[in-house]
Amino acid sequence: MENFDYLAPRSLTEAYAALGSGRTSLMLAGGTDVIVQLREGRKQCDQLIDLKHIPELMSYGFAADGTLEIGAAVPLAQLYEDPEVRRRQPALCDAATIIGGTAIQSRATLGGNLCNASPAADSSPALIALGALLVIGSDRGTGEVPVEAFFAGPGRSSLQPGEILLQVRIPALGAREGAYYHRFIPRNEMDIAVASAGVRIGLDESDRIVSARVALGAVAATPLFVPSAAEALIGQPATRETFEKAGAAAAAAATPITDMRGSAAQRKHLVSVLTVRALERALERIREAR
Amino acid sequence: MARSHVTTTLNGVETEYLCEPRQSLLEVLRDELGLTGTKEGCSNGNCGACAVLLDGRVVNSCCVLGVEAEGAEVTTIEGIGNADKLHPLQRAFLEEAALQCGVCTPGFIVSAKALLDAEPDADEHRVRWWLAGNLCRCTGYDKIVRAVLKASAQMQEA
Ligand SMILES: Cc1cc2nc3c(=O)[nH]c(=O)nc-3n(C[C@H](O)[C@H](O)[C@H](O)COP(=O)(O)OP(=O)(O)OC[C@H]3O[C@@H](n4cnc5c(N)ncnc54)[C@H](O)[C@@H]3O)c2cc1C
Ligand code: FES
Ligand code: FES
Repeated sequence: MENFDYLAPRSLTEAYAALGSGRTSLMLAGGTDVIVQLREGRKQCDQLIDLKHIPELMSYGFAADGTLEIGAAVPLAQLYEDPEVRRRQPALCDAATIIGGTAIQSRATLGGNLCNASPAADSSPALIALGALLVIGSDRGTGEVPVEAFFAGPGRSSLQPGEILLQVRIPALGAREGAYYHRFIPRNEMDIAVASAGVRIGLDESDRIVSARVALGAVAATPLFVPSAAEALIGQPATRETFEKAGAAAAAAATPITDMRGSAAQRKHLVSVLTVRALERALERIREAR
Repeated sequence: MARSHVTTTLNGVETEYLCEPRQSLLEVLRDELGLTGTKEGCSNGNCGACAVLLDGRVVNSCCVLGVEAEGAEVTTIEGIGNADKLHPLQRAFLEEAALQCGVCTPGFIVSAKALLDAEPDADEHRVRWWLAGNLCRCTGYDKIVRAVLKASAQMQEA
């Protein structure tokens, strides 16, 4: 591994100052992507800035309106071990519990999963479906972007030099709303998605769908938000027939490639099946909560 | 390149070392501190041979930098038991023949210890899921899982 300086700023002000020094910087959260990339020479930097000593990035909690606000460097295990997080945001835990194994989840973070910007990352479609917002900061101030606007291409986020992802904000699910995320992999655990789907739906009193969001992973150059699948759902009864239309819309929106993990045709088929099943399970979650 | 000065609690003993920022905790343990019980399998996070406990949580030490251990508590296989006083997991691995070449063994034991500390009565499904990030290329997993369940039963009786 090429050498670099290691900095552990204790505040955002210190971190922004380090980023403004003119040297090439990389951020270090859990390190499960970036340490391997540095070792393999796929990335280089003059200085590696450890975010884990910045209090704002290491805490999480529910705001008064129920929004789950998660510091970008909170380890995944800390999130899914919290019964309140599991109860109120199960679809977040669907993703957090399948990213790597136990030892990865002790370190890996949502911030790292998002900023690494893999099209196959598991948190991204889940968070897009949940309607999450990202808080981005720099020495010029902070701003918010929806997760679906955060990706520029494989391995590229829309973060500009000097910017840090600070927080992930997941809006509360209402009493008649449910969400689910899952992926297809050829083994039971510890693998990268061949394709994945995340959904969130809301129903009215007569089980008609009044809100919907669908997102897909590993079938485009970035995690994919699919408004056409939501259109196929909204205003319709929550039935298998409706869900299949959304699955067809998801398959039509997908632009997968063929690689060692799967062919384009297989991936198109998979996202249709995964979308239908995710919708069925989100519906089950609404019914169980009643 | 300037070496950084790091202070940790290593297997219960306050320990200081110097390392370069690019050195992984795995390299520091093996090459600087001579604790060769922790093994290197893949050096990319996939095999779990390098597992150690960092502040009580199991991590792959090849995916942690030596400098990140500043102020932390690190437990390696050497801190879990030794030839004179085997940990119940170590004894169960021997009794159940849950190792052949042994390269994966420290990682399995460290990882299993973290599970049994948190969930003493973890069932077979839970053990298999928890250990999914530890790979073994010789023994196969049934004997390993059996050894963990045996140790768990003995530890609960004790
Ligand atoms: C064995 C193994 C299995 C894996 N399995 C999966 C899997 O199943 N699914 C999956 O999605 N991923 C998987 N991964 C990839 C990785 O673990 C995840 O992407 C993880 O969430 C990355 O988080 P991190 O905190 O470790 O990121 P880091 O490695 O610390 O950072 C990743 C990138 O993001 C940047 N960064 C981090 N935080 C910020 C921030 N707040 N602001 C700006 N930039 C930032 C870093 O500079 C770096 O470029 C796996 C990795 C390994 C080694
Ligand atoms: S050597 Fe660290 S996970 Fe394989
Ligand atoms: S005993 Fe050889 S790898 Fe497990």
